[in-house]
Amino acid sequence: MAQVSLRKVIKKYDEVLAVRGVDLDIADKEFIVLVGPSGCGKSTTLRMIAGLEEISGGDIAIGGDVVNDVPPKDRDIAMVFQNYALYPHMNVYENMSFGLKLKKTPKQEIDQRVRAAAGILDITELLDRKPKQLSGGQRQRVAMGRAIVRDPKVFLFDEPLSNLDAKLRVQMRTEIKKVHQKVRTTTVYVTHDQVEAMTLADRVVVMNAGLIEQVGTPNDLYHSPATKFVAGFIGSPAMNFIPCQLEQAAGALRVRLSDKLSFPVPDGRTARYTSNVGKPNLILGLRPEHIAETRPHIEPNQHDFDQVIEVVEPMGMETLVYFTLAGAEVCGRVNPNAGATAERSMKLRADLSNMHLIDDTTGKVL
Amino acid sequence: MADIVASSAAARASGRTSLHKVMQRKSTIAFLMALPLILMIFILVAYPAGYAIWLSMLNKSMTKFVGFGNFDFLFKRATFWEIVLQSCIFAITAVIFKAIIGFVVAHFVNNIPTKGQRKWRGMLLVPWVIPAAMSTLSWLWLFDPSYSAFNWIFVHLGLPKISWLGEAGWARFSVILVNVWIGAPFFLIMYLAALKSVPEQLYEAASIDGATWWQRIWFVTLPMMRNIIAITILFSTIVTFANFDIVRVLTAGGPLTATHVFATWAFKVGIESGDIPLGATVSLFMVPILAVAATFILRDISKRGSEV
Amino acid sequence: MANAAVATAGAVRPLRYGSISRDRKWALRWSYFFLTLFAIFFLMPPFYMLITSLKPKEEIAAITNPWWVYAPTLDNFIELLTQNAYMTFFRNSAIVSVCVVIVTMLISVIAAFSLARMKFWGSATLATGVFLTYLIPDTLLFIPLFKMMSWVRDTTGIELVNHWWTMIILYPTLTVPFCTWIMIGYFASIPKELDEAALIDGATWMQTLTRIFIPVALPGIIAATIFCFTVSWAQFLYPLAFTTSTTELVLPVGIVTTLIKGDVFNWGQIMAGALLGAAPPLIIYAFLMDYYIAGLTAGATKG
Repeated sequence: MAQVSLRKVIKKYDEVLAVRGVDLDIADKEFIVLVGPSGCGKSTTLRMIAGLEEISGGDIAIGGDVVNDVPPKDRDIAMVFQNYALYPHMNVYENMSFGLKLKKTPKQEIDQRVRAAAGILDITELLDRKPKQLSGGQRQRVAMGRAIVRDPKVFLFDEPLSNLDAKLRVQMRTEIKKVHQKVRTTTVYVTHDQVEAMTLADRVVVMNAGLIEQVGTPNDLYHSPATKFVAGFIGSPAMNFIPCQLEQAAGALRVRLSDKLSFPVPDGRTARYTSNVGKPNLILGLRPEHIAETRPHIEPNQHDFDQVIEVVEPMGMETLVYFTLAGAEVCGRVNPNAGATAERSMKLRADLSNMHLIDDTTGKVL
Repeated sequence: MADIVASSAAARASGRTSLHKVMQRKSTIAFLMALPLILMIFILVAYPAGYAIWLSMLNKSMTKFVGFGNFDFLFKRATFWEIVLQSCIFAITAVIFKAIIGFVVAHFVNNIPTKGQRKWRGMLLVPWVIPAAMSTLSWLWLFDPSYSAFNWIFVHLGLPKISWLGEAGWARFSVILVNVWIGAPFFLIMYLAALKSVPEQLYEAASIDGATWWQRIWFVTLPMMRNIIAITILFSTIVTFANFDIVRVLTAGGPLTATHVFATWAFKVGIESGDIPLGATVSLFMVPILAVAATFILRDISKRGSEV
Repeated sequence: MANAAVATAGAVRPLRYGSISRDRKWALRWSYFFLTLFAIFFLMPPFYMLITSLKPKEEIAAITNPWWVYAPTLDNFIELLTQNAYMTFFRNSAIVSVCVVIVTMLISVIAAFSLARMKFWGSATLATGVFLTYLIPDTLLFIPLFKMMSWVRDTTGIELVNHWWTMIILYPTLTVPFCTWIMIGYFASIPKELDEAALIDGATWMQTLTRIFIPVALPGIIAATIFCFTVSWAQFLYPLAFTTSTTELVLPVGIVTTLIKGDVFNWGQIMAGALLGAAPPLIIYAFLMDYYIAGLTAGATKG
């Protein structure tokens, strides 16, 4: 059983706080993804779990034992690095068995475990090759194989896919997920790519500036972000942030974007938002898919408005349109056949049932 | 900062210290691994270097402290100034010619198809590979007063014989020639490596911009190679200035003292004539030039270090 | 597209198209011409060494064309190799060089690993210091070292002067700094993740060095070994200053001091001796040229 827990973990480099108190509980067999922009402390956190960095404060426990002072080799973890870190002078078999050999595991058992892992990853025919002779995807598999062979309590992945090209990345992403489903080892995975995070994770941990912004399932994060940072970080194209005011008129709430344009707040949200009427620095958060072309039937909470489109980007299955609203650049996703044309006016429809209201002063989603 | 960590570590359970201890032990092991190097540098390089300064302040029998007496003595001797001059002429001329010949030959090698470059490079580096004392012997034989193979050619061309090592002027020329012969291949190799690192696109861009071949060298090659050229020249200056083998074997400083440089004269005075303090004093005169060159090299290296 | 452009250029100005390739051809010819000249200049002394070493005594003294051998003979080599002194020099040189290589590589590889990867208080300064010592020439140190040797004799009774094995103590001052410096460069170029992976795999620092770093940095180690050997083999000043007895001389000094006897220049033998003395570095160079050149350029381009 290997749950991992972090309690108020801190990392200081000289005077700089890289990780400023992280609390996290990872359940056994769970696939956790740490995601965030570069410098947010996600890699440092992972390296502290691995024992490659000393922790400056707090506790890290693996399988219930505090491992703050345990050297990496005794933590029973395996790590996959961004550049794979395969030993260039050893062939695949030797690479995978090196750790076991150092532990003086019997030859027969080593062989059995290496072949089993190679079977899982479908690299049996590569066992005699040197890393130089492998493609990027194959190296990635070998790096994973090296981790699986050790049968550790925890897998740690440090941006393992960022050296691959886009197509291979998608393929390996699925591969990693499959492997996890087979071996069911607790996994901590670090990436800066939110798509990777969403597709792989049981739960995603969004980090920013050395702190956890939010922990939740991919759907939680997408649909109910807790902060402006999470709202903007998860989802592509990113959520639109439009400065607005919250007005109360005749008992109903309205978000006002400009003198001419305002939308009524959905009924269900009125109670939640009432206390924020008149607050400065409010932002309306609306995902691009909630701004589309107009359609014949109007649903509740949907509102049409006319807008001059500035840029049109056809993506094939959809077309992205860009325009300026209340000083902010806004993106909408319309049907390719809706006839969006640059520098022409178009009737768009905003679906407010999925709106978010953000207080820009605190960065919290209300 | 360290205090905070230490106290928080102390406040925690006792198990807290061992990773920290591992880290500390790591630096202890690291230090022990470097210890032979440190000892060697201190005992066999740093200490003798300092000892040389102390020696230079003693009298000939090393019984009395004479302060700057040895320096004073040298400054009053015409031979010393002759040697200062000859050392500078020797080093500067040799380095300039090595640099130019190396640059030119590197270009020719770089000009020919890649397949043949290895062969030519291999041949042209031979002078650098042969131990200097041995190759200088062959030059000594080529310059022989009665059997000089050069003079045989000269006579057949109807030119006068030259006393290569017998006349001061020609002897100075000869030691520089041999030094250039040995050292130019080093420049060639360094430049060739640098030339290879200039991206081909830069030349293509320059050609499209209408640059002639010498404009390409002047505006593309030279600026791109500036670092390597600088550091090669500095290295070579140090080595040439401190040269001993060539002069010792070829002329032993002669005729009279015409070709002596600091190193050979220091050897003559300090070892052969047994005046160790005076020899040490002479060799110390290499230090200023070496220090200047070393400063520039270190600056270049730390600059590159910070770029990485 | 490109074809079309060439075709129109050809049609409008046919001369120009031809002149580019003609220019290139001439540039190539001139390059070969000058390279040949330089090759003659650079290879003439070793060639002349070989020619002379094959000449019988009478031919050397004769006034025939010195650039040619009329009656080649191996007498000079045979005489030299049956002479005890020369074989002693050769043996001394070989033992000294091999020992210096071993001592140097042990000290510098281990120290370089510690400086490049493990770090300790002052390790950065030490790395710079190592480089600085590389810049201190032997000609600055031989006098104080000579004096230190006599001090050792006076205090401990161990005679260090006039023994070939003293060179094993002295030569590392010339080889260790450079070898450490280039090994630091080679080790630093190994990705950090590799030793972290080894650490997680459970390797100790020593295992990381011997099983990961040394095999991965093998080209650098070969380059450093070659450098070390050639420097030891060619070193002239220290043995000249420290040894005098014929049995204690190493090759370069032996040839220069004992074969050149006064005015009876036995040039055939001297050249044969020099040629044999130059052979080991030349052979190594011939077989390991790429490593040799890598070591040569590493000092300035790495680190």
